[in-house]
Amino acid sequence: MEWPGCTVYHTSNLDTLGVASREEGWWDMATKAKAVDARATYQQLVDKHRPARPLLMNTVRAFLVGGCICLIGQFVQMFFIKVAGFSPKDAGNPTVAVMIFASVLFTALGVYDKFAQWAGAGSAVPVTGFANTMASAALEHRTEGWVSGIGGNMFKLAGPVIVYGVVSAFFVSLVRYLVIHL
Amino acid sequence: MAWNWTTFLWAFVVGGGICAVGQILLDITKLTPGHITVMLVIAGAVLDGLGLYDPLIRFAGAGATVPITSFGNSLVHGALAEADQHGLIGIITGIFEVTSAGISAAIVFAFLAAAIARPRG
Repeated sequence: MEWPGCTVYHTSNLDTLGVASREEGWWDMATKAKAVDARATYQQLVDKHRPARPLLMNTVRAFLVGGCICLIGQFVQMFFIKVAGFSPKDAGNPTVAVMIFASVLFTALGVYDKFAQWAGAGSAVPVTGFANTMASAALEHRTEGWVSGIGGNMFKLAGPVIVYGVVSAFFVSLVRYLVIHL
Repeated sequence: MAWNWTTFLWAFVVGGGICAVGQILLDITKLTPGHITVMLVIAGAVLDGLGLYDPLIRFAGAGATVPITSFGNSLVHGALAEADQHGLIGIITGIFEVTSAGISAAIVFAFLAAAIARPRG
């Protein structure tokens, strides 16, 4: 009974079963208030002791790493234009595919995630980061089986990007279509 | 598209800049990287809706096509191209037209990686 969280849960559980005790009513409120109070104090402590994020340093790293990934992408794109004969407009898609292949390869070798800890958004924002979330989720859950493990978890982290990308693209396209055609 | 060394410079600067914006959002809002990439994808879709993303691609090349913002841009592009041909229904049928390369590649390679490799780190 000295653990407030448990008591609160316990009494509310009794309530749902229809055996609520009147005596515990006032006590319940008091512990709840105390628990909320303790949580607020704890949050203050956490905020006080949490180290400040080195914003400038993180931003510089993200800029350098993200810039380098895009620079590599530019070289790959150049290769597709000059060597494979793609038009500049069509070269974007195979470039993205090559970048994704490289990202998945480095994820499988365990390199990308170590690198990502250092690079922050620099490795998460490029399309390589998207592929990394898919490959690492699939790898992490492979022991749970082919279907519910790999299949069910591959989009666990990448899913939101696709969902909100498609939904926002749908409305943007709809508005643009209506503006042009009406 | 101007194919000289300045494209490489702008690819680096613009691509790095988009990642720097992501990092600043990440640090200031204390949200997860997942939230930030979602924001950037929506931003890419909206920018393309306003007709601003294509000029950026012409200017910065891979600096604009490699960050995840280009995913939103490609979704809108596919939807609008198909809508021009087949009318309103084209928005639904065409939305994945251009992004197929990215999504298919990611699914196939991620599957192969999970089938062959073991988790590390």
